[in-house]
Amino acid sequence: MTIPFSPVLPGSASPGAAPPATPRNLPQKGGEPNPSAAAIAAKFPALFVRSEVIWGDTNVYVHPHGVTEVVRWLHDDPAERYDYLSDVTAVEFRDFEQPLEVVWHLRSLPYRRFLRLKASLDKREPLVVDSVWPIYKGADWLERECYDMFGITFTGHPDLRRILMWETYREGYPLRKDFPLRGRFSRAEQLRQALSITTEGRYSMEELSVAQAFEDLPEDMRRRLAGGERTGE
Amino acid sequence: MATTTRTVEVALGTAGVDSDGRAVRTPMTVTENGQVTTLEPPAMGIAPELEGEHLLINIGPQHPATHGVLRLVLELDGETVVRCIPHIGYLHCGFEKIGEYRQYNQVIPWTDREDYLNSIGNNVAFSIGAERLFGVEVPPRCTVLRVIAMELSRIISHLVWLGTTCIDLGAFTPFLWSFQERENVYNLLESWVGARLTTTATRVGGMAADIPDGWTDQLRNFIRTFPKTVDECDRMLTKNGIWVGRTTALGVMSADEAINYGLSGPMLRASGVAYDVRKDFPYLDYETYDFDVPVGSNGDVYDRYLVRVEELRQSTRILEQALNRLPGGPVNSEDHRVILPPKNRAMSDMESMIHHFKQVMEGPRPPIGEVYVPVESPKGEKGYYFVSDGTAKPVRWRIRPPSYVNLSAISKMVEGHLLSDVIAINASIDIVMGEIDR
Repeated sequence: MTIPFSPVLPGSASPGAAPPATPRNLPQKGGEPNPSAAAIAAKFPALFVRSEVIWGDTNVYVHPHGVTEVVRWLHDDPAERYDYLSDVTAVEFRDFEQPLEVVWHLRSLPYRRFLRLKASLDKREPLVVDSVWPIYKGADWLERECYDMFGITFTGHPDLRRILMWETYREGYPLRKDFPLRGRFSRAEQLRQALSITTEGRYSMEELSVAQAFEDLPEDMRRRLAGGERTGE
Repeated sequence: MATTTRTVEVALGTAGVDSDGRAVRTPMTVTENGQVTTLEPPAMGIAPELEGEHLLINIGPQHPATHGVLRLVLELDGETVVRCIPHIGYLHCGFEKIGEYRQYNQVIPWTDREDYLNSIGNNVAFSIGAERLFGVEVPPRCTVLRVIAMELSRIISHLVWLGTTCIDLGAFTPFLWSFQERENVYNLLESWVGARLTTTATRVGGMAADIPDGWTDQLRNFIRTFPKTVDECDRMLTKNGIWVGRTTALGVMSADEAINYGLSGPMLRASGVAYDVRKDFPYLDYETYDFDVPVGSNGDVYDRYLVRVEELRQSTRILEQALNRLPGGPVNSEDHRVILPPKNRAMSDMESMIHHFKQVMEGPRPPIGEVYVPVESPKGEKGYYFVSDGTAKPVRWRIRPPSYVNLSAISKMVEGHLLSDVIAINASIDIVMGEIDR
């Protein structure tokens, strides 16, 4: 038995559209906006903040508490079908007063569209935004990296812990503008911390609890694990 | 776990493989007088005292089969993977942080070191993005040379993938063949930009150097001989019973899953999604080249192999077309905002010298704005996201790393497979830790 095979073709939802071409002489501001921007403004007037076109790409700003709702609609609506999440990242500006921006790069394969969704977070308040992991499984590591580098908490993410830095890293969030290029601690302190890490510190608590290992853990570690802590040390 | 059916006509009857190409494991023992005795396979089921006991094992970070400093913590039930927890970050150097302290042209050497099998392709990708941010157009000769650079680096990367994956699965000869061809490409790059691995071949607004005299003949020579090597590897592996048995029905991702997990490149196309940035969001005039996008039908390791081998052939086709249309003229844009004045004028003319000084010391300043330009790197959709506040250094320089997103699906792909298949599945992702950890 062979499974009937039909490839998924990008652009299949808009068959009459002109074939894509290399963009040339794009204006800095203005130009043809992505139709999804107007659709979001019409569908979610309370969540929509503004939209703009920069170098040919459409930016849509939405309120941080409505990100999941907008993204889910973009993913599910048959006229939008943003089925592919390219990237989740954040931008912090050098001007402290300017809010921190979380950026989602969404792509609609069937319509061949690209949309940049943004949410502004005030830096004086806790940096919290909803996770899009329930919609795109690919957001898992992207959001973890964003948390690791900027300290943004994605509520609803199943396993939000550091990914590029080690779990016991204490110096803060490296891509924040108040983080110095060479790190917060002195080299001597960084070396001391690196050497003092135990073998157990290389494993998460969850891993250590696998199989029989749980019984062999020290008492305080078992207690912390039972309390829901995830980090070894 | 999804099951797939496929028919591969295996070229030769291979010991240890049944007619469907699946590995047959028959325990054997040698008696004292040298006779081989076949034992009965053990009865299925686990000894009661071992049942339910899971074992935690650690692969890497210093393990040759993890292709770098990847560390996988595997929970095993017998030999079957119950859960896989990847740990990354051992190679983290903070490229994105450093990029915020450098001018645009000074960031280009960092892109070499990020996906180091595709360094010249990264240079080109960076320059395309930065040029869109500056609003600079490059001359046609530069565009065609960049296409040549991107396709050569795709060939290098796929050859390294082919060779190392063969080593992982126990085949040594294709490794030698592919690395021999890779050497030829590196020689070409060396005579063009002076470096083999860390090329830094582009600048914002052009290239570091035009190709030397006679270079196109060397490239034509390579294009003539290279398909023979691809065919050799193809003959060696595609119908090889061991290869088929060790790669089919492993790490299957359906088309919907692959899209949802954000996979890209050969990983996504092997699952039957014909998404190729060169076709769907073209750059460098890729829409004017005639090439095909290979698509798999089962989404397993074997399909990823087939897709990559076919991409080697398609890259050769693109190279040939690019060589035939290579126009004359300058390789650098004439836009004075980003391009240095000619050296002889900088040394003789005061205005040009001031211009040169300010260009080097202060750096060109893009207008306020942001740009994300994806390109089809050998690993998948790679994009550089720049945010500028009008100063000479980017506020944010973000790398969208394809193999980082591809690797994030490994926990799902290896679940329920045997420990030895973890190596094959991990190899099929084509990871480069320099790009994942950045």
